[in-house]
Amino acid sequence: MTSRLSHQTLLAALLLAAATALPFLAGDYYVQFAAKAILLAMLALSLNLVVGYGGLVSMCHAAFFGLAGYLLAFMTPESGGASIWLSLPVTLAVVAAVAAVIGVLSLRTRGVYFIMVTLAFGEMLFYLFHDTKIGGGSDGLYIYFKPEIALAGVTLVDLESHRSFYYVTLACLLGTAALVRALVGSPFGHALVAAKSNERRALSLGFPVFRVRLAAFVISAMIAALAGFFSAAQFGFIAPQVLGWHMSATALVMVVLGGLSSILGPIAGALALLGLEELLKSSFEQWKLVKGLIIIALVFALPGGLQQLLGLLLPERAKDEIKPAVNAVPEVAPHV
Amino acid sequence: MDIVTFAVQLLNGVQYGLVLFLVASGLTLVFGILGVINLAHGAFYMLGAYLSWYLASVTGSFALAFVGALAIAFLLGIALEEVFVKRMIGRDHLAQVLLSFGLILVIDELRQILFGKDVHSVAPPAWLGGSIQLTEVLSYPVYRLALCVVCLVLAGAIFYVLQKTRLGMVVRAGAENRDMTRALGIPFDLVNRYVFAGGIALAALGGILVAPVSTVFPGMGDGMLILSFVVVVLGGIGSVAGAAIGALLIGLTDTFGKVFFPQISSILIYVLMAGVLLWRPNGLLGKA
Repeated sequence: MTSRLSHQTLLAALLLAAATALPFLAGDYYVQFAAKAILLAMLALSLNLVVGYGGLVSMCHAAFFGLAGYLLAFMTPESGGASIWLSLPVTLAVVAAVAAVIGVLSLRTRGVYFIMVTLAFGEMLFYLFHDTKIGGGSDGLYIYFKPEIALAGVTLVDLESHRSFYYVTLACLLGTAALVRALVGSPFGHALVAAKSNERRALSLGFPVFRVRLAAFVISAMIAALAGFFSAAQFGFIAPQVLGWHMSATALVMVVLGGLSSILGPIAGALALLGLEELLKSSFEQWKLVKGLIIIALVFALPGGLQQLLGLLLPERAKDEIKPAVNAVPEVAPHV
Repeated sequence: MDIVTFAVQLLNGVQYGLVLFLVASGLTLVFGILGVINLAHGAFYMLGAYLSWYLASVTGSFALAFVGALAIAFLLGIALEEVFVKRMIGRDHLAQVLLSFGLILVIDELRQILFGKDVHSVAPPAWLGGSIQLTEVLSYPVYRLALCVVCLVLAGAIFYVLQKTRLGMVVRAGAENRDMTRALGIPFDLVNRYVFAGGIALAALGGILVAPVSTVFPGMGDGMLILSFVVVVLGGIGSVAGAAIGALLIGLTDTFGKVFFPQISSILIYVLMAGVLLWRPNGLLGKA
């Protein structure tokens, strides 16, 4: 167990060093691409808190991601950037409130119902922005200025610079990864996992299952909102499509591709899927066809994701250390 | 609103609900019997509409297009059950969600390759092409009336098969207790295959039937999928009667919502769903 931990720590340290050095090694395009990948990795990380640890397959996380973008657009004045000290907390608070309402309703259901209900509520937010005029309808809204990080009129970090923007997103990813790690290791996280493996037992042991799940759902929605806030700022544009369920499903693919129930898994999955998409887009006109086939192959051939692949490729000794993580993937439906 | 307009809207709502019932009953049957959640259900609705447009434009006959599209959808359902879905039974829902998402991407791209992404319209058969003059300004298309009748007949047929035939008995027994039914010697693999293919055919049928009254466009499956989900959540999963109630509720809510509250009509059905979830989380006719 300890040596497995040190393996992971080593891997994390190497990745971190590479991520820190990236803006000095790669061109502007790649720095922007990396920032985009980091933000999607945050979305996958947030989703994994409920899917991987909570066993709750949420299909509305893209709606939280996109809603945050709309909130930033609403709060950005026409003449300059919104102050991050106001816009970010308001965004997180509003998304948390929306997630709490959706969570209270959805968590009354189990298993496949939960999937359908979260998908439906996610689409409700999509149609809210798509069909009404509050957010420019199907055209979406432009965000001409990135949020300002300033104190007493002095700009602390200039988000218009690609390099600073990248480092801010990297810091956010590290912060949220540390938060998820701490949550999962805490009694709260143990209760969440206990409720996933056997809800009835968790209930009879006195765990407040509903409240634990609701808290996990809201926290995870807020992480998704943090990612969506910066994502909208990066593109300078937000449209209803970002809230759609195809985006939520893609985030699920990232989580499963990387491997459930780990911190690095969804991050690796997001990077792998984005890299793959970029490769496919440049090679095939019908790249979505190939993407679909790859997802189908993933379901049948590699249900444990890259984590499982790693377990298959590593030498015997290290394989034993990885094994528990692979076995943690549920083989049979956990929801009854 | 005078009585004629009200009647027309009521008819529209019922007709919408009936089509929704056909599509959603396929979804709820597949889940009830196979225990598999199929997000690609809407994609088959879209495919049915495109197939009927293509076949109608090639053959020039709506009837031929109808039969052809339905047969293709059914065969496709059998093939998919054999290759993919069979292996999904008993897997966790997450794997099923991912598989069907992959299928959607594949189906969408194949549609793009075969039929393009243009918006099309399908002409109803000539003998159903006219409309009935209700008042001096209002008329009602004959095809829409015929659509109602066809849907009602089909709904009746679905209930008859499920409640009165041996096949229906097997299907209901399978939904109740799969292992026990298998132990009694029922060839479940066969039942699974035809239920899945039948479910896909129902989705495609919905698409074929609405093609002449609405437009055929690439994103039409997504909207239908969400509505079918709401229907199933309202009615209770696996319950065909629940799907009928849910579908009519949504058809009427949506139609009258557009008339009375046009600003918020798009979220009304979700408010309805939220209400039902608060009151009966397992759906109106769902098992506790």
